[in-house]
Amino acid sequence: MRYAMVIDTLKCVGCSDCVVACQTENDVPIGYCRDWITETVNGTYPTIELELKSERCNHCENAPCVRCCPTGASHQLDNGIVLVTGDECIGCGACIESCPYDARFQHPEGYVDKCTFCHHRLEKGQLPACVSVCPTKCMYFGDLDNANSEVSVLLKKRKYKTLAPEAGTKPHVYYLI
Amino acid sequence: MQEELFTSGRNIPNIDPSLEIWHWPISVYLFLGGLAAGLLFFAGLITVLGKEKEYPTSVKVASIISPIALTLGLLALFYDLTHKLYFWRLYTTIRIESPMSWGAWVLLIITPLSFLWVMSYYSELFPKWKIDYKFLDTFETFLQKHRKNMAYALLPLSIVLGVYTGILLSAFNARPLWNNAILGPLFLVSGLSTGAATIILLAKSAKERHLFSKIDLGLVILELGLIVHMLMGMYAGTEVQLEAMQLLIGGEFTLMFFGFVIILGLIVPAIMEFLELGGFKIPVAVPALLILLGGLVLRFVMVEAGQITRYLY
Repeated sequence: MRYAMVIDTLKCVGCSDCVVACQTENDVPIGYCRDWITETVNGTYPTIELELKSERCNHCENAPCVRCCPTGASHQLDNGIVLVTGDECIGCGACIESCPYDARFQHPEGYVDKCTFCHHRLEKGQLPACVSVCPTKCMYFGDLDNANSEVSVLLKKRKYKTLAPEAGTKPHVYYLI
Repeated sequence: MQEELFTSGRNIPNIDPSLEIWHWPISVYLFLGGLAAGLLFFAGLITVLGKEKEYPTSVKVASIISPIALTLGLLALFYDLTHKLYFWRLYTTIRIESPMSWGAWVLLIITPLSFLWVMSYYSELFPKWKIDYKFLDTFETFLQKHRKNMAYALLPLSIVLGVYTGILLSAFNARPLWNNAILGPLFLVSGLSTGAATIILLAKSAKERHLFSKIDLGLVILELGLIVHMLMGMYAGTEVQLEAMQLLIGGEFTLMFFGFVIILGLIVPAIMEFLELGGFKIPVAVPALLILLGGLVLRFVMVEAGQITRYLY
């Protein structure tokens, strides 16, 4: 079992529904987000290209945040999901400094918080909140170890990229391009 | 030509402006930790070599500073935690992969050791403040007997403490300015040099002052070499490292880095120490204080500039 998310940048319109769904589902305090939209314009006029992406914790295979955590509060489950145990976290900030994606933040209560791939929903057989609400259905979620899952098939068929692969983190959020 | 014209910010009001989550206490701690490491290293070294009588300041007077520096440093670290009441979680596990974890364990050993070290010299240091408790006297005699053992423990522990202050930063691959292997040795050498400078400041005999001036001069030259290495390594590095280096040479931190760290903090005191050793009359407090200032500014520059650098994608 190796969970992964695939996001089709060609279908994403940047509506931020995923962001709002996440904040509602996970009770994210006001002013914070576990996922966000970026809008990138590439090229030189007149040949320019717009790319919209929904970004979040990449649940890296080689997670620097897990490596740097001094207490073991940041940990990785067998299915690849990286989680933080709030009452083991001392709020030192090492994981925030070690994340190339700036996906983590200090919750107002002190511990570090971030995307969980909606672990609590997966246990009930539901999709992550952001995936379930996407109006353009540009987000896919599934198991990379299963060759027939939607995400595996998409990654076989389409061109994709990951974010900052040069950081050596082996991210598990893929962007179709 | 491909040119990135525009990338939207993430626009998360409470996260993005406060991405700099390590503030001044971290820089202050890195300085104090390095200073204590230097002082304890020299106290241990002089004792192991059996030269306590010739160089009394380094083993006695200067070592009063190390427990104070470590205590203040630990308080600063604690102050910068956001989930403070859970700090004891550090000591429920040992995580070899995390420099912060083994740093925390080394601090747990070396801080009490630094107190015991001063306690072993209590009656010599504070002859007027005699405490009439028999068990304290017995304890002090016990400590005096084991001073050499403590010195043997201090040597490796102080080196680990000194290196750890640099490795702590270099373990973060997401911050290109920090992510270089030189930072550990650089912070160790800088810590030893600030330790030597403190001994110079406090030393009473010219012999001890001159020995530590020579040691400090060597350390300063080594430190300059390591800084050149660090910049060369980044100059030959990837895009993100080149951008990180730009902050130090020709960017926001250039004045602080070149003005206060390299020129005022290393080159000027090195020249003054060299002239002083050559017989010129220069008050030694000046180069020593400049070295201490340079060490402090180096920590501030590295901690603050490092947090600005990041991967671009």
